[in-house]
Amino acid sequence: MTRSTTWALAASAAAFALTLSACGGSAAAPGTDTTAGGDAAPSGPIRIGIKYDQPGLGLQEGTNFTGFDVEVATYVAGELGYPEDQIEFIQAPSPQRETMLEGDQVDLIFATYSITDTRKERISFAGPYFIAGQDLLVRADDTSITGPETLTGKRLCSVAGSTPAENVKKEHPDVELIEYDTYSLCVSALDSGAVDALTTDNVILAGYAAQPQWEGKFRVVGNPFSTERYGVGVPKGETERCEAVNAALEKMIEDGAWQTALDETVGRSGFEPDDRNPPSVDEDCA
Amino acid sequence: MERLMQMLSDYNVLAAFWTTIQLTVYGAIGALVLGTIVAVMRVSPVAVFSRAAALWTNVILYTPLTLIAFFFAFGVLIKMNIRLLPEPPATLLDQHFAMGVVAIAVYHSSLVAEALRSGINTVPLGQAEAARALGLGFGQSLREVILPQAFRGAIAPLGSTLIALCKNTTVVATISVTEAAALMKSMIEFYSDLIVPIFVIMVTGFVILTLPLGMFFTWWSKRAAVLR
Amino acid sequence: MSAQNLLFDLPGPRARARHRVLAVVGVLLIAALVAGAVYLLRNELRWAMWRPFIDPVTWTAYLLPGLQATLTAAAISVVTSLVVGLLLGVGRLAAQPVVRAASGVLVEFFRAVPVLMMMVFAYYAFIYSGVLRGQAASLAGVVVGLTLYNGAVIAELVRSGVHALPKGQTEAGLAVGLTPGQTLRSILLPQAIRAMLPALVSQLIVVLKDTALGYLIVYAELLQRSQNLAANYGNIIVAFFVAGVIFVLINWALATLAHRLEAWLSTRQAGHVLHVAEGGAVLTGDETPAVR
Repeated sequence: MTRSTTWALAASAAAFALTLSACGGSAAAPGTDTTAGGDAAPSGPIRIGIKYDQPGLGLQEGTNFTGFDVEVATYVAGELGYPEDQIEFIQAPSPQRETMLEGDQVDLIFATYSITDTRKERISFAGPYFIAGQDLLVRADDTSITGPETLTGKRLCSVAGSTPAENVKKEHPDVELIEYDTYSLCVSALDSGAVDALTTDNVILAGYAAQPQWEGKFRVVGNPFSTERYGVGVPKGETERCEAVNAALEKMIEDGAWQTALDETVGRSGFEPDDRNPPSVDEDCA
Repeated sequence: MERLMQMLSDYNVLAAFWTTIQLTVYGAIGALVLGTIVAVMRVSPVAVFSRAAALWTNVILYTPLTLIAFFFAFGVLIKMNIRLLPEPPATLLDQHFAMGVVAIAVYHSSLVAEALRSGINTVPLGQAEAARALGLGFGQSLREVILPQAFRGAIAPLGSTLIALCKNTTVVATISVTEAAALMKSMIEFYSDLIVPIFVIMVTGFVILTLPLGMFFTWWSKRAAVLR
Repeated sequence: MSAQNLLFDLPGPRARARHRVLAVVGVLLIAALVAGAVYLLRNELRWAMWRPFIDPVTWTAYLLPGLQATLTAAAISVVTSLVVGLLLGVGRLAAQPVVRAASGVLVEFFRAVPVLMMMVFAYYAFIYSGVLRGQAASLAGVVVGLTLYNGAVIAELVRSGVHALPKGQTEAGLAVGLTPGQTLRSILLPQAIRAMLPALVSQLIVVLKDTALGYLIVYAELLQRSQNLAANYGNIIVAFFVAGVIFVLINWALATLAHRLEAWLSTRQAGHVLHVAEGGAVLTGDETPAVR
């Protein structure tokens, strides 16, 4: 019960901050004004599920976490009243994300999490905060693959329980699909020639292509064939928390922090998002 | 009940157990062959062989099967690019299955070797002495006198190794082989409300596999016991 | 052990020469295998792949927390397994047929089910029921799986340990007026447990190895951490190799401890020292292993 009141307060605090920034030019630093609420300060740290092994999006580098998802998560947490030292990042592997939210293992998930109707049956989404498209990563010298229709007889790697794997299974049953636990295992297999292509969202692929140890070895085909709307996973029924996240995301896009975060993470690999970005935050938190 | 039926039509439980059975049979054959070689090396007069066999047994016994499976799937298959099955028709998933079999065989070879060594220890010294007195060499006395008795004495520990092997096939779930445990995990993830029936079904499957094995080996070891 | 020396005569000069040839061939064969593997993995074994390991952060952020998680799970599981094992073991020796049968069924059941399945079931049961979450649920899943299986093995150890004691021990206890329960507690169990000690330490090896199954239920143990490390540096082979070396070293130390304990015990008491085969079968001494 304390948690839900906390969220309600955090939501109003975020809305308040949004109004402030909209009117008053310089945004009030979160945590200065909002602490006026006194006991509004949340009791424990906020637990955020992210990827640990996705360069450019969510990557554990020693004790630090880097990437676009991490930047957005940090910003949103700040808006909800959690300074950086009050954020606990938890690894959220693709196949476990719904389970982690349902089991209250995390409060929010920022982990390249596509908004789908199937998932909405189990959890709620805030966002979207990025529009990606499914694409293919191939070896740099491989010109035979130009899109999903050229994959017949090829070996395709993806991650168990992820949207791209489900898409491919449905639409290209003649492609040989292998599913691993993580994309980094797929990248290793692509490098050694055990698989011919790796499919997932363009922005994720770009992150791998730009990792120092893979530099120059892979290229993104650049022919996105789906629309993946990245949302923030919220446990079902936590509407107030979800709306607070939406408000924070809108503010982030509006005040330019979104663009900065993008440029400093995946943008560094030379990746430029298509014109569907930045998206309008239109999830209704159902 | 309806959801249970729905789930059972979504997931092929029998196929998963068939994979488990195949992993068990191929893995057991591999482990028996490899384990016998290691055991013979272990008792051989050539010091290099016996040391290498001892090292093999210990290193394998001290390493988790999960790690051995990873090594064969991602080290040997993916990185060394060694394929065990001809392609086509084999798929990459088939290659993973084959590496799973190898990992299971390698891991349990050390247990088989230990079981055989304990079997060799049950053979009275007089047998070895008699064989030598007849003028048989190391290979001959092993083949004609020691090993036949050792295998009979080792039936019970070999039986429990086989049961352990059958249960350990679940570990290759970590290298993308869809056997019983991998299937159980994805069923539980998508039908969380049926977690108890799922567990009961899968456990029953394993009891059906291991219980007769245990009874058979008990019967066999009694029948084959060398009367002394 | 002694049979080993009697399988062959002391080699004469010709046999020694033959053995030398065989030894050379053997060494060459083993060397060729190792060299072949190293050659095929030459890209994976480059210095760049090892370099992260001289960076302290690799240890403090990945390997040591992973090792700590592995050891934590193993330590908790050993204690809980002992408790469960003693309860079930005493249950199997109980005078009441119902208790005996129930304990027997539980022991057989836990030994027939793969540890991994019990872990997966326990993990999701904790999560879906909302009892535990996050790493706590993963840890609890690992501990429950290991406890039920190893508890059953220890129960068998307790039973065989008590059965292996000379009958006179029980008779003496009853003769001085102790109840059967008192005889078990104060005469039989202490001796049985002492005979079990080396086997218990060896069982630790099994527990420690099986914590690696926690990988499948996202327990951040040594293997999981090694894979995170590999995702960061692209050095999967080296990362797994280092994890393997850590496992082998710890387990080797445990095995040495078990042998020492066994040697020490055999100088102090007559009677049997118990062993457990990996399948969970209990072996008494060097003679025919007890049937499953």
